[in-house]
Amino acid sequence: MFTKREFLKASALAGAAGLILPRFALAAPVIDQIQLFVPAAPGGGWDQTARAMEQVLRSEGLIGGAQVTNVGGAGGTVGLPRFVSQYRANGSAMMVGGMVMVGAIVANKAAVKLDQTTPIARLTGEFLALVVPAQSPIKDAKDFVAALKADPAKVAVAGGSAGGSDHILLGMIAKASGVEPQKINYVPYAGGGQALAALLGNQVAGGISGYGEFAEQVRAGKLRMIGISADKRQPGIDVPTLKEQGVDVELFNWRGVFGPPGLSDADRKKQVDLVEKLVASKAWQDECVKRDWTSIPLTGDAYAAFVKEDTARIEAILKDLGLAS
Amino acid sequence: MESLSSLVGGFGVALTPQNLMWCLVGTTLGTAIGVLPGLGPGLTIALLLPITFKVDPTAAFILFAGIYYGAMYGGSTTSILLNTPGESATIVTALEGNRMARSGRAGAALATSAIGSFVAGTVGTLGITFLAPVVVDFALQFGPAEYFALMVLAFVTVSAVLGSSAVRGLASLFLGFYLGMIGVDLQTGQPRFSFGLFELLDGISVIVVAVGLFAVGETLYVAARHYAGRDEIVPLKGSLYMTREEWSRSWKPWIRGTLLGFPIGAMPAGGAEVPTFLSYWLEKRLSRRPEEFGTTGAIEGVAGPEAANNASAAGVLVPMLTLGLPTSATAAIMLSAFQSYGINPGPLLLQSQGALVWGLIASLYVANVMLLVLNLPLIGLWVRILKVPPPLLYAGILVFATIGTYGISNSVVDLVLLYILGAVGFLMRRFDFPTAPVIIGMILGPLAETEFRRAMTISNGDWTVFFTHPLSAALLALAALGLLGPRIYALLRRDRRAETSPRGA
Repeated sequence: MFTKREFLKASALAGAAGLILPRFALAAPVIDQIQLFVPAAPGGGWDQTARAMEQVLRSEGLIGGAQVTNVGGAGGTVGLPRFVSQYRANGSAMMVGGMVMVGAIVANKAAVKLDQTTPIARLTGEFLALVVPAQSPIKDAKDFVAALKADPAKVAVAGGSAGGSDHILLGMIAKASGVEPQKINYVPYAGGGQALAALLGNQVAGGISGYGEFAEQVRAGKLRMIGISADKRQPGIDVPTLKEQGVDVELFNWRGVFGPPGLSDADRKKQVDLVEKLVASKAWQDECVKRDWTSIPLTGDAYAAFVKEDTARIEAILKDLGLAS
Repeated sequence: MESLSSLVGGFGVALTPQNLMWCLVGTTLGTAIGVLPGLGPGLTIALLLPITFKVDPTAAFILFAGIYYGAMYGGSTTSILLNTPGESATIVTALEGNRMARSGRAGAALATSAIGSFVAGTVGTLGITFLAPVVVDFALQFGPAEYFALMVLAFVTVSAVLGSSAVRGLASLFLGFYLGMIGVDLQTGQPRFSFGLFELLDGISVIVVAVGLFAVGETLYVAARHYAGRDEIVPLKGSLYMTREEWSRSWKPWIRGTLLGFPIGAMPAGGAEVPTFLSYWLEKRLSRRPEEFGTTGAIEGVAGPEAANNASAAGVLVPMLTLGLPTSATAAIMLSAFQSYGINPGPLLLQSQGALVWGLIASLYVANVMLLVLNLPLIGLWVRILKVPPPLLYAGILVFATIGTYGISNSVVDLVLLYILGAVGFLMRRFDFPTAPVIIGMILGPLAETEFRRAMTISNGDWTVFFTHPLSAALLALAALGLLGPRIYALLRRDRRAETSPRGA
């Protein structure tokens, strides 16, 4: 529904586009007002994604305006049911979510799942990094696996909350090296900062978190990065992947957007179109570089298939870790 | 001396008219949100994050730091005047501060808290300037075993707030443990006491409990007494500011509070609450007038914890600026603001962004002076709040508490919890259960549990870690001394008296 002012604005734009400056027709907003729903508290990764999206979409003239709503809690499983029920078939509403939510839905046995939304696009991913304190005898991923095989209980690894992406990666490393995932000694911390402190204070043998979280400490020589969970070498990062070192593991903590259930084909196409224009823009690429996000766009049906596949993969590893039944 | 010249350069940045304006906006806004129950600096900064797209980084961080310091100042005002602390770090201030207000010394309580905050904030900022690397090295020595020992020491402080009946006090403490346990267990990822409610999986926010028990509980209590026709009129006696005696009773607690607050604030799991508990307990033990504690209100019990609270705020900035380690929710949000500028906070921040960091540190000194200038003259205005007819005043508190709580999470469940806890708070007041131990239990219980289990996980179940780590052993010894020392001392004295009196007779 249009308010009078928006109507005037829209008609003025349409007039300008159609009559005076036809070559600016592309700059007309794809969707005039969007509502971005963030199932997390302000300040976190999903919130930053939404705010960066809003900023770029607006500056590129792809939207007229945006409203961001935060409903945080329990890895997104508090916000998800609210999004599904409140915005049904609303073509202007989009929710930011990602891998953490997939894990939380499984671990919390949530009734409302991601397959009740309309997957629109994957936007970014953060690969994880495995680090050890600078004075550790472990030099590379092979040493780490050898220590893990010798006695998993002796290799205490710090990271984020139990069942989160960091824990999942350690479980995958253990499984790929033939170590029982339930035997690993994972020490969960509430935030990346506290896990980092435990590493710097030499309290634990290793740590796992998003690459960006450790990058500065590695540069300063306080930590040693011994492997990253990306699929291939990353430009500007002089650290081999886990795969290269014989640990067949790949994990991206991805983030993407979802539309509400019951979206019409036209609305879905419009949202996909909007995101495709977003990720193609220079401004978005700049934001990604600035924030250490890897742009891994994937839209429409391919994304829907990816979400399904990733859900099955995460469910399996959480079962291996004894966190899901 | 290198720090000194950098600091001078920092003042060059902080004292530009534009940055002074941001500092003033930040400190004013911070004081205001500190006064309102429920709203805290973390949430405010998070809501202001989009500003980072518009202004340059130095201005944004000066604004954020102003809000952060300002909120620490403002939080004590409602605690003292109305017994409704808006955040967990000022709960201890309410204990003695409100008693002082009730016996007519509201002005002095506000003054000692404002000046104490200034002293602690300034000493803390000096600490950031000159001691940051030393403090952060010390803080990193703290592993799970040391934290657990620190929590044990903090538990000793519960004895200072138990009130007249130990059974009632301990019941309150255990209620706090229970509330703290609700939600997903961090170590195993399994929910506890969440009754299938997804809203409870992240646990209950300490802010909701504090605002519910104190602000809503107090409102209901006052309303009940109003109905019975027994409105309390708070008298104002003597000078609005501090007397010479009050000055001499305040300065030592300010220093002791600062010394407790700054290093604990710098610890990754230290926080602002633990040093306030420790300071309150210490001041009660050391005071020459212990009889004033819990009766007419002792000024030491306001001065110490307030200084500890503000020094810890400075302490939190140490690991953030030197290592890029966020150790509180507010620091984490400030760090995410760094990221939206493409600045990577870390050990190299000081070299790569020297002007920004030193400008920020210099603006902390400026913010402290501004806050003192802003707050001291306001005391006269604030105490007049007590003259507002209680029905209007408490209705206003209820409105702000409700809006603030809903604003944190957009959650109706939190609102329902707020009012349930308010009713619990009312009943606790009515039947003479102290409410402070609930908050202490809720903060310390989960921390102690998590750190204990972490220590045991890392040591592979070896119990001796708590005694073989020297820091941990020392803290446990201090805790034992704090708990048993006074009793042994009393026993010895009785023995001596028993020995001497027959001879004298």
